[in-house]
Amino acid sequence: MSLLELKNVSKVYGNLRALDSVNLTVEKGEWIAIMGPSGSGKSTMMNIIGCLDTPSSGHVILEGRDITKESNRALTELHRDKIGFVFQQFYLINYLTALENVMVAQYYHSMTDEKEAMAALERVGLKDRAKHLPSQLSGGEQQRVCIARALINSPSLILADEPTGNLDEANENMVIDILKKLHSEGTSLVVVTHDPEVGEVAQRVVKLSHGKIVSDEMNTHS
Amino acid sequence: MRSDRQFFFRQILSSALRRRSRMIIAILAIIVGASILSGLEMIYYDVPRQMSSEFRVYGSNVIFSPSSEMDISEESIREALSLIPQKALEGYTPYRYENTKIHNMPVTLAAVDFDSASRTSPYWHIDGAFPSSDGEVLVGAKVAEELSISVGSLISCEQTLEITEEIDTSKISSYEIYTDPETGEAYADHKLDLKVSGILDTGGSEEEYVYMSYSDASYLTLVDRGYDIVEVSIASTHSELQNILSRINQSALDISAKPVKRVTASEGQVLKKLQALFFIVTVVVLVLTMICVATTMTAVIAERRSEIGLRKVLGASDSQIVTQFMTEGLMLGGLGGILGAILGYFFAQYVSMNVFASSITMRPVVILVTILVSVLITGLASLVPIKNAVKVDPALVLKGE
Repeated sequence: MSLLELKNVSKVYGNLRALDSVNLTVEKGEWIAIMGPSGSGKSTMMNIIGCLDTPSSGHVILEGRDITKESNRALTELHRDKIGFVFQQFYLINYLTALENVMVAQYYHSMTDEKEAMAALERVGLKDRAKHLPSQLSGGEQQRVCIARALINSPSLILADEPTGNLDEANENMVIDILKKLHSEGTSLVVVTHDPEVGEVAQRVVKLSHGKIVSDEMNTHS
Repeated sequence: MRSDRQFFFRQILSSALRRRSRMIIAILAIIVGASILSGLEMIYYDVPRQMSSEFRVYGSNVIFSPSSEMDISEESIREALSLIPQKALEGYTPYRYENTKIHNMPVTLAAVDFDSASRTSPYWHIDGAFPSSDGEVLVGAKVAEELSISVGSLISCEQTLEITEEIDTSKISSYEIYTDPETGEAYADHKLDLKVSGILDTGGSEEEYVYMSYSDASYLTLVDRGYDIVEVSIASTHSELQNILSRINQSALDISAKPVKRVTASEGQVLKKLQALFFIVTVVVLVLTMICVATTMTAVIAERRSEIGLRKVLGASDSQIVTQFMTEGLMLGGLGGILGAILGYFFAQYVSMNVFASSITMRPVVILVTILVSVLITGLASLVPIKNAVKVDPALVLKGE
């Protein structure tokens, strides 16, 4: 059973077809980079994969369950339980420490466990920055907290939106290394990116243009 | 569950402590509203007491009269006064009335203690001075006009007494005693020369009397008796006054205590209007506070839209977000309410000292009501922005749209 299947998925906003009859299958443990210019439908696809939105037509099947017509409440439970998000803008809660930011994800998922949260920060190399506020962390560190938060509930899929978009080269490499490590541990990754370097390290690159998949290729060198 | 509840409050505490500047703005709005509210409430409740004290300038508000044909004894007065809270009793003046003649014109004399009268009738305007010793008299303006008396004049009070058993005849050696040939009854005529120390001008019925000391009256009439009425000044609210009067009237004393309707009714009218004014101002402040708090909460919550979006992405249900933000709002309301209520007390104290020149009573119930109202207002004011914030589409918010 595939992790995720998009079958003939379209999303229409007024006269605009943001996604046009897209078919995509994501296998367990796979690392896919979704690339394309602005307005190509990347964000729409990410929202649908992340269960933040439903398609206008077609079917979305997550771990064998058709979630196309699910209620908002069911979608909330799905993205809480199955998906870990990593954002370009990090979106850390600015009045909570790094550790507390990770614990927020535990809080809404099941129950908080400080040791477990600390272990997730250790995994991204931030154990000694656990008690710092986001404003006291560098961009790269904030993104690593964001990754630790995405990992904490052992999701089926990590969905990253431009995870290196706001980082300098050193931090970008650090984040890519963490993504590689996660992939090697069997985590499924879907990364929406402009960054060719991120695209290169992915297993598979899906290119979008005007709401359609224009190429879907395996990276032989990754 | 315990650790989750702890984490819930840990987040709220962190939000309050680490977003201090935002919290201070929100809490200031609540403090300002709560302090004005509690101050006005305290003044609203204290106004009747304060105003009652002010009204006493216009004369006493209670009259004791004998409930039988007997005079009122000093003993009865003391006992009746003991039924009035000492704090509320501003003064009392017993009056004894006698009919007499001055320069052949019948007048009513009132025997009083002038010190007491000056306290219970502070509105008396005297041309000259209060009598300072026996032998001096205060003459009402109308009497003075009719008799062409002025300050410093010497007047003669003429008293005709029927010689009865009550009269101590040993004291009437200076009287001219004669017998009515028709009835055979004995009479004594007596004159008492008095100096006019002042003319009393009130514009009221007081101007028709001549006022002298008890001892001069007793000497003139040769009778040492009790009093006809007692004027009493009590500073209290309408309901407290009613309680005091019914306590006195239900006691076994020979005293009938009645409010001076002219004073208490107008006092009631003024108080009603004043309280209505305070009520309207309080309601207006309440509405303004609500608008102010709602605006502040809207701004505070609006800038946390992305946080709300993130929490939704992390799996927060709408009710969890409402609970968290509402708890923050209610705690702010509570804290602002407590600080505001205390500040309001000092505000009321300041107003009271400057307007009424007396301190205000601390009312725990007002503090409690202010805190509850602050919590309620903050809750209501937060409800709409929180409900709106919960509707946000996390996908849009996290895209920065």
